[in-house]
Amino acid sequence: MSIAHTQGAAYEEQHVHSVYEQIASHFSSTRYKPWPIVERFLKELPDGAVGADVGCGNGKYLATNPRVFIVGSDRSTNLVKIARQHEPHASIVADNLSLPHPEGTFDFAISIAVIHHLSTPARRTEAVKAILELLCPPSHPGGGGRALIYVWALEQKDSRRGWDEGHEQDVMVPWVIKGRSQKPHVADQGDPKNQVQDKTFLRYYHLYRKGELERHIEEAGGEVVEAGYEKDNWWAIAVRKS
Amino acid sequence: MKLLTLNFLTCAIKACKSSPASFPLHPRDVELEIVESDINLPFLKNILPRLMWAELRTIAAELGLPELPETAPTRDHLVEGKEEAKEGEEVDEVPSQTARDLHRVLLETTVKEGKLVCGNCAHEYKVMEGVPNFLLPGHLV
Repeated sequence: MSIAHTQGAAYEEQHVHSVYEQIASHFSSTRYKPWPIVERFLKELPDGAVGADVGCGNGKYLATNPRVFIVGSDRSTNLVKIARQHEPHASIVADNLSLPHPEGTFDFAISIAVIHHLSTPARRTEAVKAILELLCPPSHPGGGGRALIYVWALEQKDSRRGWDEGHEQDVMVPWVIKGRSQKPHVADQGDPKNQVQDKTFLRYYHLYRKGELERHIEEAGGEVVEAGYEKDNWWAIAVRKS
Repeated sequence: MKLLTLNFLTCAIKACKSSPASFPLHPRDVELEIVESDINLPFLKNILPRLMWAELRTIAAELGLPELPETAPTRDHLVEGKEEAKEGEEVDEVPSQTARDLHRVLLETTVKEGKLVCGNCAHEYKVMEGVPNFLLPGHLV
């Protein structure tokens, strides 16, 4: 294993995984509305399709289509505990780069707002490869599986963040948990929910430039069948080449 | 974690995946819990062709659960009276005993605490409060 790989893992532990673990319940309370492209992808699946949601977070996409079976996975135990409520699906704690699924078994996979948290180009490509490997190969009797991958875009000049072409692509993005405005009772002070001041957490993101996601998919041995831009994000649907 | 999940799980260590011994993972020292849920016949019918039957039988045996039939049921087996129905005859889709048994073992029987062990490398994955954890220590990544 290369030094860059080891350092990448340690960096993400500090600037991604531990942050989500701490903000899990607040983060989850803000994540409930499915994005249209993802919703369409999941609703168009044939009944009985089996798939993976790699980086499922609070499991908001597990609720979209109850006629398929999804194994959701996430690095954050606290988020997986929230995801668990969605029947009939399953949720497990796992790493995108070491997924515990047999290769070539799923009809579909989704990776929504996940691989932009990996901190080197090699690790991002490896993450895409790990997702593609889950899919049934094109030679499968029922046809090959499809993966929908979604990442944050650099080009989002009309968003609250205002980034655009030419801006630094590796950024730290704040997550703020609002403190209480009034003075707490003495008895409440030990409880973090009752903190007076705002608490800010920084998460690492790699903002994807136009065409970059497609390039990662091709480098990972996949083929892009459809791709586009939706509200500050790039997305692509990919299949395995072999 | 419902037992159906084990049908889609193997060892997280890459080198193990090519070895047939890595599937299925073997539950060990487990505390099972029955979590009742409504039976969903269309779901069972749809998931049926995806089941690795021989492996599920092994898991059920290892857990000391009632023995699963030697061969996997067909979709018709899951519907009460479907097999006896004449061709073209409409049958109300009522789940058969086979369907109820399958629902019980795959969806209602859950691992609450314990370990899942790889048959190839013997690595143990913990299950705590119903959540299996597949994160690997640094030296195994």
